[in-house]
Amino acid sequence: MAAAASMMPIFGHQISSKNDLVLDWSREEVSTGTTIMAVEYDGGVVIGADSRTTTGAYIANRVTDKLTRIHDRIYCCRSGSAADTQAIAEVVSYQLGFHSVELDEPPLVETAANLFRASCYRYREELMAGILVAGWDRRKGGQVYCVPIGGMLVRQPVAVGGSGSTYVYGFMDSNYKPGLNKDQCLELTASALSLAMERDGSSGGVIRLASISEDGVERRVILGDQLPRFSTH
Amino acid sequence: MEKHYTDSKVKGVSTGTTILAAIFDGGVVIGSDSRASIGGEYVSSKTINKVIQVHDRIFCCMAGSLADAQAVIKSAKSHLSFHSVQMESPPLVIAAASVLKELCYKNKDELQAGFLTAGWDSKKGPQVYVVSLGGMLISQQVTIGGSGSTYIYGYVDAKYKPNMTREECLQFATNALALAMGRDNVSGGVAHLVVITEKGVELKLVCSLIELLLIFHEELNE
Repeated sequence: MAAAASMMPIFGHQISSKNDLVLDWSREEVSTGTTIMAVEYDGGVVIGADSRTTTGAYIANRVTDKLTRIHDRIYCCRSGSAADTQAIAEVVSYQLGFHSVELDEPPLVETAANLFRASCYRYREELMAGILVAGWDRRKGGQVYCVPIGGMLVRQPVAVGGSGSTYVYGFMDSNYKPGLNKDQCLELTASALSLAMERDGSSGGVIRLASISEDGVERRVILGDQLPRFSTH
Repeated sequence: MEKHYTDSKVKGVSTGTTILAAIFDGGVVIGSDSRASIGGEYVSSKTINKVIQVHDRIFCCMAGSLADAQAVIKSAKSHLSFHSVQMESPPLVIAAASVLKELCYKNKDELQAGFLTAGWDSKKGPQVYVVSLGGMLISQQVTIGGSGSTYIYGYVDAKYKPNMTREECLQFATNALALAMGRDNVSGGVAHLVVITEKGVELKLVCSLIELLLIFHEELNE
């Protein structure tokens, strides 16, 4: 036995569930390791996300909807811990709905963003949530607000988030120009998400898009075989 | 929360860096930024050249720990020139890449260096090889590496086309490096680019990356 054992190549780790080569999925947190994106155009916003939710290496949901309605014309894109972002979105949804009834008019996107920021900043030590808040209101038109981990709030004309976003910063910097129209924004978002999904293991599935304007919300899904494809190398 | 910080965990002076190599019709472009930093806090060199010539038409780009990379390249150069004398012909690009790979693989526990090898030889024409941190060797048409490369995967996937012209490929490489330097705080400075063809080698230094940055970020002009 000893002779046979010495002929085997020596592996650094034994495959077992007690080390990190093989994950114990029951103890892994459910995460929307993800790619999300939001772009402003004149008259509204376009938002998009992939559809993969992972528990370690297992894809718990391959058709997730990460574009969550907060109000009629305000949506949020969720990234980070699925539990945390769902809980925050529910809380903000409730707070915003109540506020809107008090005001007797549709709420502002900036108000929704500030509510997200308030929760994310106050509980920053416990939470792991990166959120893009996007929508349309009568005062400022289409707006995108970024509330990353830690609880900062900043308005940007175009924002990406989630683990897959790092791969498309270069693409976004080079392809986004101010003054795009709605269809160009949709194309830019779909392309960027497709590129990120191809490189990020935690992003994938289908692309969910939504465009929000004064006329309402239009949602669409781009299935796997219809994803934008780029030259192969 | 620490998993969200890009921790390079590289000992000593690290080339937190962006390196790139791409094949075009008739040759290959290889390039890098020029920043060497210590832990991402202090820039120890603004003008370091990470593109090293290992033979007449074979160049390497280094990433990871600068000390390790320099030591490996020094050893590889001497192996390669000896090999070239033995064979009585210029070494193949894959030979250079294999030498680097052997060194990286055999010493994988001590070393923390990765390489891009690009060159031209008479057998296979222009080629690009990647030797990763643990010593894997693969051949690709276009490849990027270093900490800044994560930000340009999307750009490179979208913009690279096989059989580009020399000018197109140079512009593509310059743009990609500029975009990466714009987002990665440990990449920066100027772009060192080398064009290798059958006819020879041309070195290019691109300093005007700040102009490219202004083009990509029109809001700066407001």
